Amino acid sequence: MSFLELQDVSVFYGDFQALFTISLSIEEGQTFAVIGANGAGKSTMLRTVAGLLRPRSGRILFEGEPVDHVSAHKRVGMGISMVPEGRRVFASLTVNENLQVGAYSGRKGDWTIESVYELFPLLKPLAKRQAASLSGGEQQALAIGRALMSNPRLVLLDEVSLGLAPVVIKRIYEAMVELPSRGTTVLVVEQDVQHVLTVADHVACFLEGRISLQGEPAELKSDEITAAYFGM
Amino acid sequence: MNWVNVAIQGILLGGLYALFAIGLALVFGVMRLVNLAHGDLGILAAFIALGFVRSGVGLPASAVLSVIIMVAVGYVLQRGLLNFTLGTDDTRPIVVTFGLAIIIQNALLLKFSADEQGLNGGSLETASIHISNRLAIGWYPLLVFILAVVIIAALQAFLNGTKMGRAFRATSDDREAAELMGMNNRHVYALAMAVSLGTVAIGGLALAVRTSFDPTSGPFNLIFAFEAVIMGGMGSIWGTLLGGVLLGAAQTLGAQAFGSGWGILCGHAVFLIVLALKPSGFFAKTVTA
Repeated sequence: MSFLELQDVSVFYGDFQALFTISLSIEEGQTFAVIGANGAGKSTMLRTVAGLLRPRSGRILFEGEPVDHVSAHKRVGMGISMVPEGRRVFASLTVNENLQVGAYSGRKGDWTIESVYELFPLLKPLAKRQAASLSGGEQQALAIGRALMSNPRLVLLDEVSLGLAPVVIKRIYEAMVELPSRGTTVLVVEQDVQHVLTVADHVACFLEGRISLQGEPAELKSDEITAAYFGM
Repeated sequence: MNWVNVAIQGILLGGLYALFAIGLALVFGVMRLVNLAHGDLGILAAFIALGFVRSGVGLPASAVLSVIIMVAVGYVLQRGLLNFTLGTDDTRPIVVTFGLAIIIQNALLLKFSADEQGLNGGSLETASIHISNRLAIGWYPLLVFILAVVIIAALQAFLNGTKMGRAFRATSDDREAAELMGMNNRHVYALAMAVSLGTVAIGGLALAVRTSFDPTSGPFNLIFAFEAVIMGGMGSIWGTLLGGVLLGAAQTLGAQAFGSGWGILCGHAVFLIVLALKPSGFFAKTVTA
């Protein structure tokens, strides 16, 4: 039994089909990366796992239990937490309040406001600042910290490096490496292949709503990945 | 001295308007819902209390029962009806709450007739604080104003300092991200409406003791509430008090200057001037990431 399993999942936006019978298995403790070009269906897959979208057919199993009909807010309580694309921090709330809201579900665990500040020391001096006044990188760190506050067993990261400076991306990936050792499985979606391949145990490449390539990063050749990424 | 008297009356009247306005501002802030039935729901609270008083319950107990009922009505109304109007189309909640306003008005007409009613506050209604021979402040308007300040302070403390208050603000900032934190938005919205109708019930009761009311009194108070919210600035709870005070002072001073028929028009005129000079209001708190 896999930790998270997608079985023949198809997702539509109205008449437009975004995912075509996708099947994936993610093991506990893995860092699983999904790469692909804009519009390949990566975010759609992630939003479906989070419960923001419902598959029209197929099933999603979390620890063997079907979760297709569990709404997004209840999945947080089960231990699935998402960092949405574009950070989406609560702009009018302070950094501290954002983290407090992250703990809304009340799931117990090691993550506290203090341990998030240890993971991202840059946030600590900003604790009382309004999130809207933070830089993009600070907001991204906050969004990740906020998601960790629910003590997730599975964290979904959607394009966390998008639009950020390389030095910030480096810091965020350093933090990402720490998560599996704390018992959190990571499912990360990225357009930026370079960084994500250095942290992933397993990678799947999406192309136009289908999986075009899967395997361990060490086994995959770069021209294979390029071909699967661009569909050449 | 007469002008000072009138100005003080107007400022205190602002407390009453703020009681009507805060609930309107809250539900607009949390779920972008424009509740056109808000004024009528406040008047409904007054009629519920009137019903209890007529059946022999004392006024204080009737008022408390009415507020509790309106809080419950708020939760059920949002969860059972208004949640289904929220979504992509902003006009749906407006149409539905407009219909709701008409239903409430006509139901009250059927049950209570079109006669003007009042809730009798006894000697409190006329008691006043004597400051000098020509200056006196009525106890009742002063108490209503203090009540408004206390409720606004309590609501602000709730929004800043409690888990559910932060949930309200988080939902207001980003509905979907709030859901990803484990919030059931339908429940959060229903609680916001419950708080909103609790406050407007207090406003409706305060109005009903102060002056006479009838089933069609709601829309007037809705307009005053809108004006207070917009002058104060969207998203600011304290702003509604300032907006209410401006409106109240403009109305009473206008009536003093030009005759009693001109007061309400002066209130609208001041509102339009504020809207022209400071369209976002005085304390607008809109923040974008």
